[in-house]
Amino acid sequence: MSSSTHAAHHDDHHHHLSFWQKYIFSTDHKVIGMQYLLTGIFMGVIGGYMSYVFRMQLAFPGKEVPFFGLVTAAEYNSLITNHGSIMIFWFAMPVLIAAFGNYLIPLMIGADDMVFPRINRLSYQIFLLSALILIASFFVPGGGFGGAWTAYPPLSAKAEYNLTPWGSSLWLLAVALEFVAFLLGGINFITTLMNARAKGMKYTDIPIVLWMIVIASILFMASVGPLIAGAIMLLFDQMIGTGFFDPARGGDPILWQHLFWFFGHPEVYVVLLPAMGIVAEVMTTFSRKKLFAYKTVLFTTIATGVLSFFVWAHHQFIAGIDPRMANIFVVTTVLISIPIAEMLFVYIATLYGGSIRFTTAMLFALAFLATFLIGGVTGIFLGASGADIYFHDTYFVIAHFHYTFVPIAVIAVFAGLYYWFPKMFGRFMNEKLGKIHFWGTFIPFNTIFLPLFFTGAAGDHRRIFTYANFPQLATPGLQDLRIIATYSVVAIMLFQFVFFWNFFYSMFRGAKAGKNPWNANTLEWVAPSPPPHGNFDVFPEVYRGPYEFSVPGRDQDFWPQNEKA
Amino acid sequence: MMNFMSLLRESASTFANDIDNLIAWVAILGGFWWLIAEGVLLWLIVKFRHKDGVKAQYITGEKKEEMKWIHWPHNIILFCDLVIIVMAIKVWHHVKQELPPADDTIRVIGQQWSWRFIHSGKDGILGTPDDVEKVDELHVKVGQTYHFKLETTDVLHNFSVPVFRLKQDVIPGRVITGWFKPTMTGTFDIQCAEMCGIGHGIMMGRIHVETPEQYDQWLATQQNVAQTH
Amino acid sequence: MGMQTPVATGRSVTGIPTGRLAVWWIVGSEIVIFGGLLMYYIMLRNKFDFWSESSAHTNTFAGALNTFILLTSSLFIVMAHYYAEQKDHIKSFKYIWATIGGGLCFLLVKSMEWTFEIMSGYTITSELFWSFYYTAAGIHAVHVIAGMVIMGIISFDVLQRKNMHRVELIGIYWHFVDIVWIFLFPLLYIAK
Repeated sequence: MSSSTHAAHHDDHHHHLSFWQKYIFSTDHKVIGMQYLLTGIFMGVIGGYMSYVFRMQLAFPGKEVPFFGLVTAAEYNSLITNHGSIMIFWFAMPVLIAAFGNYLIPLMIGADDMVFPRINRLSYQIFLLSALILIASFFVPGGGFGGAWTAYPPLSAKAEYNLTPWGSSLWLLAVALEFVAFLLGGINFITTLMNARAKGMKYTDIPIVLWMIVIASILFMASVGPLIAGAIMLLFDQMIGTGFFDPARGGDPILWQHLFWFFGHPEVYVVLLPAMGIVAEVMTTFSRKKLFAYKTVLFTTIATGVLSFFVWAHHQFIAGIDPRMANIFVVTTVLISIPIAEMLFVYIATLYGGSIRFTTAMLFALAFLATFLIGGVTGIFLGASGADIYFHDTYFVIAHFHYTFVPIAVIAVFAGLYYWFPKMFGRFMNEKLGKIHFWGTFIPFNTIFLPLFFTGAAGDHRRIFTYANFPQLATPGLQDLRIIATYSVVAIMLFQFVFFWNFFYSMFRGAKAGKNPWNANTLEWVAPSPPPHGNFDVFPEVYRGPYEFSVPGRDQDFWPQNEKA
Repeated sequence: MMNFMSLLRESASTFANDIDNLIAWVAILGGFWWLIAEGVLLWLIVKFRHKDGVKAQYITGEKKEEMKWIHWPHNIILFCDLVIIVMAIKVWHHVKQELPPADDTIRVIGQQWSWRFIHSGKDGILGTPDDVEKVDELHVKVGQTYHFKLETTDVLHNFSVPVFRLKQDVIPGRVITGWFKPTMTGTFDIQCAEMCGIGHGIMMGRIHVETPEQYDQWLATQQNVAQTH
Repeated sequence: MGMQTPVATGRSVTGIPTGRLAVWWIVGSEIVIFGGLLMYYIMLRNKFDFWSESSAHTNTFAGALNTFILLTSSLFIVMAHYYAEQKDHIKSFKYIWATIGGGLCFLLVKSMEWTFEIMSGYTITSELFWSFYYTAAGIHAVHVIAGMVIMGIISFDVLQRKNMHRVELIGIYWHFVDIVWIFLFPLLYIAK
């Protein structure tokens, strides 16, 4: 069956969709994308609030935290556990993959929707259920799960150890449901990208962000299975008393770690790839330059994805695995830095010879590169097993992964939101406020985590609710660094109000935007802003790649994909 | 090699220096490439900002002259990576795979939420009635090679002595062996570096690295009551 | 919620029907889930010899019978697909229900088997081997039930000559369920 070129179905029969049909039970990919975006942002706010609370406890131990109260040792563990879990599973993944993926894929390939809209809706509903179950876990007797987002047994398996019988199982159930939601969502991403492309769109005409989202989905699908099996086993250990991870009964706690990290490592690329995709779209548009070496980007992405399945035990160097095994993972882990470095260099090279405009979206995209470079390089300290002996479970690790995760889940996301906002809402966000938001995010981000490299290197270990008990760590110098980090958290939170104001105000009152306000090339800029149900009056056909900017001999410095030669 | 790690945290064991040395090398090699990358990024942002009347260039990145700017750094980084891999494996092997002969052995038992240390006592042999068991307090002699036997009675813990650059998870159902040789006297923190529940943050011990005379003095004051498990 | 099928659903740039791509994706996800479970089993089994003592008590005959039943039911769904291609919706409907019947027999044999084992004291918490046994076979059985339900729904469409292409799709899924069993059978029943 070939793609049809005639006009898309309009909702002629659907003049009067009720509020419920239009916004709550919609099957339209754009509405579902928005649902994921808003739910993800809401959860991200909760996760951010949690980090504010526990950092206040660390800076001023034993003092009441404004807007929370006194933080007990048990609550502290629950806060850090759920902060991590929320940020990865209920903020980064839904926003990067499900929100941007759902919104952009049909638009950028010139289609009217995803291929299976009802499965799409189901995936969101399961995701929402998982979020509600997680939130419920905070309010049950014993409180929320506090065994760290990695949930290592025996602590996570037995209530007599973790003291959160309800919280542990609800947390685990929420995570398992989130996995199911994303597996379902993945069905649409891959089938739609492969089969529903506009006429003429070859593989190399596909915008990089779409490749990234789909490859990320594949990585997720291939890596999460063993952990789902592990989650079922852990749930049984928790609820019916099996001994899958109980050494006294023949089980092995280390095998949980393997199941977890076999997923856990590819997972970081599952979130990295969409972020890099967003950055590519923003960078090319605002430097008026073709993406440097598109095919190289694609191949290094696939190489990174494949290699990512062979590095997982670097999270377990000290865990009691056979020390000989550790050496294999040092080799794979340090070598995976190569395709990633290559991708980053290619992105930087795209700027060469450009004509760079510093819109807010572009500022965030460039900041992604600058900060992710720190995250990547500091990873090498951890991949070098000998050094990891010291750095494992210290704040050095925390600083490293926030220098990767925050660029991925926050900085790149803002780049994408500022960039596609005009398409989503038909209006511009305010650039002045955007710049204030940018600097108010970028600077405090660095002043939170740079000090933590030093406290970690000085010995601050993780998941500790106060360092007052450790004489070598309870020094004024180290406490000053912790306080600087905490004040920076408060600052970054305050500046996010600027974003929320800008986002919601501009939705209704921003300056109007046309179809293609940035003079970009990809197909989403062909549809009206915002696109109606069905997206396109006439389905576009594709005649060239997505990054034909500044082609010599042409008046315009851009050349939309759908423009006839 | 300037051991800047010891500025942040003293280095009090033989292999601590090896680990710090590795850290320094990663910092130098990684730091070098990081500076270049950030530098180039910054330079490009400044040099190629939009100027009226100046059009951007059309560069595909597929030509050889263009790709060489990626290939050369890529290959040099590969070389740096191999250097780091070899250095890391050497240090790892020394700390985790080798086991120099022991002058003395200690049993370390972690539990929710304290450490029990069983010293070998006057006869220098573990498992005899003169063993000395202390809670959250470990005494060792400087300059002696110790083996430690790690156990836990409940969940995962991690025996961590930052000044030794020593860290090892402990797993229920297993006894894990490691070693260290202290090089500096003093009293230092012992941590638990693996989430072990509500009391993880108060699971604190102290290690007293003493001269042989100090150690013997301490030993003389101890009751010979060991609860062997 | 009257949803019109999008134009996108009808496109097929790769030439492969979209439904087939979707089913392969689902099968892929499931392979990794079962794969993880079975890898875990194999690794622990290698460590602990005492498992062979427990596994001696599984009912090899029941296992073999169930293997035969599932293989036969896979044959039936192939026939159902054949007749769907021939547009013989009545025969296709019958063979789909024969497949469902096979699934039902499988579940019946399993219920009797488990009842006997539980009454002999071999429960999910009695020993790690049995924990695996019930978990792995149980998750498999859930997939059998899900397959049967979906087949039932498809069969009624087929009776009205609608969505005949879905017979092949559920067939792919059913073959996968069959193959998982073919891995489980030796691991749980034969390796003694």
